Amino acid sequence: MKRRARDYWGIVYLVPLVFLGVFYVYPLLSILDVSLRPAGVLDLTAFVRLLTSDYYSGTLLFTVYQAALSTAFTLLLATPCAFVFARYQFRGKTLLLSLATLPFVLPTVVVALAFATLLGADGLFNDLVKTLFSLDYAPIQLERTLAMIIIAHVFYNFAVALRIMTSYWSSVGLGIEEAARCLGADELALWRDVRLPLLRPALLSAGALVFIFTFTSFGVILILGGIRFATLEVQIYYQAVNMFNLPLAAALSLVQIFSMLAMMVVYTATQKKLHLAPVSSKTTAKRAKSLVERLGLNVCVALIAILLFSPLVALILRSMLAAGQLDLANYASLAQKSRGSLLFIAPLESVFNSLRFALMAMTMALILGLIASYMIKRRGRLSRLLDPLFMLPLATSAVTLGFGFIIALDEPPLNLRASWLIIPISHTLIALPFVIRSVLPSLRSIPPSLREAAQTLGARPIDALLTIDLPLLGRGIAVGATFAFTVSMGEFGASLFVAQRESVTIPVVIYRLLGDPGMTSYRQALAMSVLLMLVCAAGFLLIERLRIAGVGEF
Amino acid sequence: MILRTVAAILLTLAGICAAAAQDESRLVLLTHDSFAMTESVLEAFERHSGVSVQILRSGDAGQMVNQAILSKNNPLGDLLYGVDNTFLSRALEAGIFAPYESAELAYVDEAFIPDDSFRVTPVDFGDVCLNYDIAYFEERELQLPASLSDLTKEEYRGLLVAENPATSSPGLAFLLATIAQFGVDGEHTYLDYWQDLAANDLLVVDGWTDAYYGEFKVTGRDTGSRPMVVSYASSPPAEVYFSEDPDAGAITGAIVGDNMCFRQVEYVGILAGAANETAARQFIDFMLSPAFQEELPLNMFVFPVREDAMLPEVFAEYALIPENPAVVDPADIEANREDWIQAWMEVMLR
Repeated sequence: MKRRARDYWGIVYLVPLVFLGVFYVYPLLSILDVSLRPAGVLDLTAFVRLLTSDYYSGTLLFTVYQAALSTAFTLLLATPCAFVFARYQFRGKTLLLSLATLPFVLPTVVVALAFATLLGADGLFNDLVKTLFSLDYAPIQLERTLAMIIIAHVFYNFAVALRIMTSYWSSVGLGIEEAARCLGADELALWRDVRLPLLRPALLSAGALVFIFTFTSFGVILILGGIRFATLEVQIYYQAVNMFNLPLAAALSLVQIFSMLAMMVVYTATQKKLHLAPVSSKTTAKRAKSLVERLGLNVCVALIAILLFSPLVALILRSMLAAGQLDLANYASLAQKSRGSLLFIAPLESVFNSLRFALMAMTMALILGLIASYMIKRRGRLSRLLDPLFMLPLATSAVTLGFGFIIALDEPPLNLRASWLIIPISHTLIALPFVIRSVLPSLRSIPPSLREAAQTLGARPIDALLTIDLPLLGRGIAVGATFAFTVSMGEFGASLFVAQRESVTIPVVIYRLLGDPGMTSYRQALAMSVLLMLVCAAGFLLIERLRIAGVGEF
Repeated sequence: MILRTVAAILLTLAGICAAAAQDESRLVLLTHDSFAMTESVLEAFERHSGVSVQILRSGDAGQMVNQAILSKNNPLGDLLYGVDNTFLSRALEAGIFAPYESAELAYVDEAFIPDDSFRVTPVDFGDVCLNYDIAYFEERELQLPASLSDLTKEEYRGLLVAENPATSSPGLAFLLATIAQFGVDGEHTYLDYWQDLAANDLLVVDGWTDAYYGEFKVTGRDTGSRPMVVSYASSPPAEVYFSEDPDAGAITGAIVGDNMCFRQVEYVGILAGAANETAARQFIDFMLSPAFQEELPLNMFVFPVREDAMLPEVFAEYALIPENPAVVDPADIEANREDWIQAWMEVMLR
């Protein structure tokens, strides 16, 4: 009986591996094979060109440099805020945490327009500083600088770090901290010797995710960085699409993947098992009382408002004002199909398409991600390899993988090239790492003794899973679900592939509108972006509701 | 619970297999992501021919051509539409097309037909030209530049925004116009010209959307600061068509002087090994028919190649077509693209 149960789990564990094998490894190997063995013989001249060129080593260095800077700034700003969110109870906390995730869903073109409104030479911040200090020039000159790239990366990734750390920190009890305080530790010692070491699993988990995300940055580099900056991802796109130099693109993709793997190996090696008695957030979070506490809380809320919400508000205002006047005709027109043209469905119809794909991708990513997290948590050499493996889709150039799909998934039973299924599947691939990174830190910290106790008392493994693990993981699962949902809502590359009516999603509509010259196109695109934010915000709140209703507040 | 979800995943996989079933009466058109066509026109073709048309968008023009080449042995569709003269050579060299000479070509100017092998058929064209904000030039009584050389003059300092040829299709087209005008060797090459442009405070951004909506200043729109942009000759009529008050007239204009524009011609071709070649031929005839040609301007803001196709009113009134656009041979483009762009990068990033 016992043996049979174990076999059954082995099969379940296979599911995420099969998924990754079929939809990631197989297409990737196919395109690498076609690129590097064009005549059936391995041709490594592209690698020679890479290794002997200063230009490409420069690109690699810059890619690592900007990703490291972006990650450092994101963690630096997000860690104190995560502390505040985990430790203090205040009104609107859940709402604020949810809304902080909104930047993640917006297309880069739209964010660039919002940033120009705020930080451009004629932007609001410059106007403000000019009036305050009666200057006759624009003091903030950030357009197309490295600083702008970093700001945009922090804008996009702040919530990733904030939410992963807050969810983990909320379940870390105050016992050790109080003990340290009794032994005379001051605030600095508390941070250095107690809080940061305790937070380490979540800090590293979030850091790894942010690093990979910015390491493969594309739109932000091109649009906000301008032509002076290029990451490996930009070079791969240029070589693969414009030059059709597949060997060089493949070589660059491999460099990208192996740099990522190297980083992940270091990361996995520094992971330590840390068993903490999980506690309810009700016991860790209190009201901010002292002046210092209230000050810290307000600084964090202000930071989020300035960093995350001011561009969003600028975008909303811009979508509603025409020549300084309130004008909502562009919103009203979203319900109609304005052009008799194929593929120009009524923009509102695209909301349903987006939601459908996001729900599919979220469900698949949650199921596969949870199974994968359990698999990674188990000790053993294999599981140490699995953690980096599931991160790889995020570290692989989208254009490389896209070409891989074209040549690999072209025969029945897997002829997916013209099928809408490619959309939720590719969204799931990108969403998986977010689910795993959100769940894994909490999962690792659950002491095995809890489950053993349950089993001693006669609980079947499935009961232990439902009554012990799920409630303790609820917060992490909700964060993972939120990001999976968001990743799918905001992604548009895969949705462009298939052009059936049902595959026209919100981002596709935004890009299409911004491809046509003219005021109505422009203003409808802005209105559509605001709609995208609203739909996502509603989705986030619903996920929170479901979490509390499903597994209870813990 | 978990077993059930696993079963659900396996069922999804089974569904994938079912979705793969091929349909004989279906025509698959591979095209780029800017494709748009009036639904009723396509439906008329479907009714008439009894073939249903499936549109498969495949990224930008470069991505589309590369995907077609990669899937040469098992074509993604029956037809490929939207390959332009900057990518034509790559597609022809890879041998992805089966020849077809449409009888409708009798109505098309011979200048559009690339060679006598008829592997591709021209469908539409568009010119990449400078656009300008009419009010800006009128208020300052500023003359429009009459040649590309004029753009390096002091009075146009800091007025122009262009796109990166490495990442943008109009960006490459404009680079080609300067190559046609100034050449690659001699005293004053295209690179010298770009250096002069840069010295005259030219702004280069990554893509058309960022240039047009982010940096181009049009009266009434609150973005941008530069009154000249590299865009299309069809942008001004589109600007009127999509304006909130079409009766107010044009707010932008195109500069169509000799050798100042680069003409992009888009072609359609039957993919070799197509499952449905007969229907593909019918569709090419249909694309050259007045019904399809006359719908091109307001769907994709390009001009019909068919000589007797009527232009929509807003185009007839506001569109200018350059008489002598710059010309660069497609084979030259494919052979030198990388070198030209690389050299351009080195000059511009110095």
